[in-house]
Amino acid sequence: MYEFEHHKPASVADAASAMKGADDGKLLAGGQTMIPTLKQRLASPSDLVDLGGIAELKGISVSGGTVTIGAMTNHAAVAASADIKSALPALAELADHIGDAQVRNRGTIGGSVANNDPAADYPAACLALGATIHTSQRDIAADDFFTGLFETALEEDEIITKISFPVANKAAYVKFPNPASRYALVGVFVADGPAGTRVAVTGAGQDGVFRVPEMESALSGNFSADAIANVKVSADNLNADIHASADYRAHLITVMAKRAVAKI
Amino acid sequence: MPDGTTGTGIGAAVKRVEDFRFLTGKGNYTDDINRPGQSYAYILRSPHAHAKITSIDSSAAKAAAGVLAVFTGEDMQVGSLPCGWQIHSKDGSPMLEPEHPPLAKGKVRYVGDQVAVVIADTYSQAKDAAESIVVNYEVLPAAVSMSDALTDKSLVHDDIGSNLCFDWEIGDEAAVDEAMSKAAHITKIDLVNNRLVPNAMEPRAAVGEFDAATGEYTLYTTSQNPHVIRLLMGAFVLSIPEHKLRVVAPDVGGGFGSKIYHYAEEAIVTWAAPKIGRPIKWVADRSEAFISDAHGRDQINHAELALDANGKFLALKVQTQANMGAYLSTFAPCVPTYLSATLLAGTYTTPAIHANVKAIFTNTVPVDAYRGAGRPESTYLIERIVDQAARETGIDKVEIRRRNFIPADAFPYQTPVALQYDSGDYEATLSSATKIADVAGFAARKAEAASRGKLRGMGYSTYLEACGIAPSAVVGSLGARAGLYESAEVRVHPTGSVTVFTGTHSHGQGHETTFAQLVSDRLGLPMENIEISHGDTNKVQFGMGTYGSRSLAVGGEALIRAVDKIIDKAKKIAAHVLEASADDIEFKDGNFTVAGTDRSMAFGEVALTAYVPHNFPHDELEPGLDEKAFYDPANFTYPGGCHICEVEIDPETGVTEVIKFTAVDDVGRVINPMIVEGQVHGGVAQGIGQALLEYAAYDDSGQLVTGSFMDYTMPRADNFPKFDVTTEGTLCTHNTLGVKGVGEVGAIGSPPAVINAVIDALWDRGVRDMSMPATPEKVWSALQAAE
Ligand SMILES: Cc1cc2nc3c(=O)[nH]c(=O)nc-3n(C[C@H](O)[C@H](O)[C@H](O)COP(=O)(O)OP(=O)(O)OC[C@H]3O[C@@H](n4cnc5c(N)ncnc54)[C@H](O)[C@@H]3O)c2cc1C
Repeated sequence: MYEFEHHKPASVADAASAMKGADDGKLLAGGQTMIPTLKQRLASPSDLVDLGGIAELKGISVSGGTVTIGAMTNHAAVAASADIKSALPALAELADHIGDAQVRNRGTIGGSVANNDPAADYPAACLALGATIHTSQRDIAADDFFTGLFETALEEDEIITKISFPVANKAAYVKFPNPASRYALVGVFVADGPAGTRVAVTGAGQDGVFRVPEMESALSGNFSADAIANVKVSADNLNADIHASADYRAHLITVMAKRAVAKI
Repeated sequence: MPDGTTGTGIGAAVKRVEDFRFLTGKGNYTDDINRPGQSYAYILRSPHAHAKITSIDSSAAKAAAGVLAVFTGEDMQVGSLPCGWQIHSKDGSPMLEPEHPPLAKGKVRYVGDQVAVVIADTYSQAKDAAESIVVNYEVLPAAVSMSDALTDKSLVHDDIGSNLCFDWEIGDEAAVDEAMSKAAHITKIDLVNNRLVPNAMEPRAAVGEFDAATGEYTLYTTSQNPHVIRLLMGAFVLSIPEHKLRVVAPDVGGGFGSKIYHYAEEAIVTWAAPKIGRPIKWVADRSEAFISDAHGRDQINHAELALDANGKFLALKVQTQANMGAYLSTFAPCVPTYLSATLLAGTYTTPAIHANVKAIFTNTVPVDAYRGAGRPESTYLIERIVDQAARETGIDKVEIRRRNFIPADAFPYQTPVALQYDSGDYEATLSSATKIADVAGFAARKAEAASRGKLRGMGYSTYLEACGIAPSAVVGSLGARAGLYESAEVRVHPTGSVTVFTGTHSHGQGHETTFAQLVSDRLGLPMENIEISHGDTNKVQFGMGTYGSRSLAVGGEALIRAVDKIIDKAKKIAAHVLEASADDIEFKDGNFTVAGTDRSMAFGEVALTAYVPHNFPHDELEPGLDEKAFYDPANFTYPGGCHICEVEIDPETGVTEVIKFTAVDDVGRVINPMIVEGQVHGGVAQGIGQALLEYAAYDDSGQLVTGSFMDYTMPRADNFPKFDVTTEGTLCTHNTLGVKGVGEVGAIGSPPAVINAVIDALWDRGVRDMSMPATPEKVWSALQAAE
């Protein structure tokens, strides 16, 4: 780790101004990605602005058909939330299968979404459910938010404050974990709700999370596993690594999608 | 002997006395040791698999804040890191033994090779400064795989002229060829024994210190064998005599073989300590461990098994390529040869066996012994080819094993590959395992799984291994440059408590409990009165350390011999006090009694008398009660048994789930059944890890792709079912305890049971082979290809 200035503001406004004042500031949430990056000396921010002391960034509320989760809410809290379990159980289950217990107790939804790791779970939920990402500056629709590998629509110094998910009447997430890291090798979130019928895939795409229109249209007519059993996803533009070839990932997308639909 | 099952003697499941300090964070590991004035070392490592070092400019680093010194290979002119075994090729020539400098000289040979050391007030300063060292490399083509190394012009070591370290053989090739020519059937198999990263929980660490007043060096290090390190480093690398070099291996958090070897960092911190006049600490981080701890396994085998018309094995012929990595690590050459090829009879009567082993240098991390060391490789080969032979001949896979087992009445049994097994009963462990695994109910379970679209399979391994390493005369004749006896000292204190000094080292095995039980059993003392001391060359007279499941069979036996000397001496003291002849003194339940009388002395009274010898006849009886013993075993010990694995495969995803794992192991006499069970659990977990999850992957340029836990799949609790582990069997015939060894059986026996189960599950779908690790993608692809 290189040296940096550490800030621990008590409000989003103070955090934003700390970022403005810094040469090359970075936000710190649960640190599950940030701290290893620093320790491996892959980043050398001048300032680290720790969001851990900002009360307004934490918490879960469910009202008017919307689940709203503060950016600094950790995965374990989402997994354990009775409100989420009853309104949008698929989301609680997704959170419950992120990494391991230590990761779930530190990692946050804001950090996960901001980082947009191509193998992270939350981006699939955001895209499938048509979530809105609220920031210190504006509201961004999930459709416009995930712009590429580790890339988002966030401006420099922009802070995610919360994420709201419209409650869907049908939603399920099934993931095939990377055996080593337990990130998603392929994760498929299917939903039928206010945003329509959607199938979002994480872990597989070279550009991160993406939707599968062929499956969505098949499911719109007939929301059943059979409807998509023969929908094949092209292996072009899918990731390949030591754990899974592009062909295998393409195959798993169909299997995971079928299983997600069958779960509902 | 007292009935130990309820007390603290032999056979009692005594809770591990060391666990309290480990579980409460009070262990004393190398990184917990901080010496006054300590500085910190950071090792700059090679980013290239193979490159010439054309220049190193460390001037900026030397001038950086807090930096005390920077040294490179040019500065560190010391001896080569030695290899403990010398193998001779079949043409009689000695193995090629390249120089292994602690800091690279002129060339780097694997990603992770040590290039320079920076020593500073803090670790961060050392690491910061290392970034300013400018190393100019001329990158060379790398020999990454063994086939590259054998066919490429790229030499890992230019001066030795070849990448072939040795070309060795064992067995009677003519007899094998003759048998092959008469065989009714020959089964052939090609196997890869996947390369593994040991990943002990505690990364390696070392603290070097020099006392200018006494001229004495101290090295604290994460070692399984501190005396061996003292000898290797002192005599061969740094030329420090033993009486001026103390090596301490305090609490060590797991080794699995990877902490046997003498590593460069130990020599570097010891050598540099007097140069800077301060103690120096080095601690590996996990990423460093991946590219600097010796890796394990990494063999390619071709084998042919000849059978007669009744399925009796006639001959086995094996060709092995064994990866040595870039340099010869301490034990490396003996792993694929004397620890592997000598086991090729397994539990079977195969009368003719021949093996040829080619050891190959590559531009990868050195490879050496890892839990099982050579025996997992041969066991995997034998148990895979036996299953394959059963499939090809149509003989049931249990039946073919039974037809070929060495019968229980055939011991001692001389194999055609040097070893003589002293005891075993393979039929007994097989039939017990068959019952526990409910083999009878398997067909129904398979049908039920099929109704859910899942594929069930069952796989066997009726394995054997040789441990209790090792008779010095035997290993000496096979190329060991050391003897493999063990030593112990039993020091009875004036008030009757006892300190035992053992030359073995406990780094997770629970010796502080097991060894204390031996003493409790023999001397009738409570556990609290017995302390087991190990891991310090200034305390323990000598020791060869812990590996090869040797601690109890060799170290425990040495201890028993020292205890028996204590009893003999104590009898003389009691005889003197009780005015009887020593021959008439009986020792039982902690009391010395004149036979046939009620005149007796308690152990504590004898101890006190030994140290308060007011009226000893000094020409006949020395004061004190402190005895030592060295023990050199007459033979290896031969644990064996049966592992049965049941798996269920999801054909849609290729995921293999281990549903049931049954192990019935013959480990000889069991001192502490709870510790034995734990050892088998850990070994089986590592074996299933090798079979389904783990492998070290290098890319074509020699970068380790699986260089962290994000990509290297360490087994976790949720990868396993509850294991059914039992022991039963025979006693070792050549040590008085009857013990064989249990540290490695789990890792040795289990991998073929798992893979045989996977193949069994996939067989009906047309799959005929599967390699380790059987990852979901491999299984899925095999199913696709078979369709
Ligand atoms: C071993 C391991 C396993 C994991 N497994 C999974 C898994 O299975 N599935 C999965 O989805 N994830 C997984 N993760 C990721 C983890 O769950 C975290 O979500 C992720 O590391 C980032 O969240 P964080 O809160 O730790 O953020 P940090 O690491 O603190 O930050 C990550 C990035 O986001 C930025 N950032 C953080 N908060 C905000 C904000 N409010 N506004 C704007 N930018 C912000 C930071 O500046 C930084 O660039 C795993 C991580 C580890 C270490």
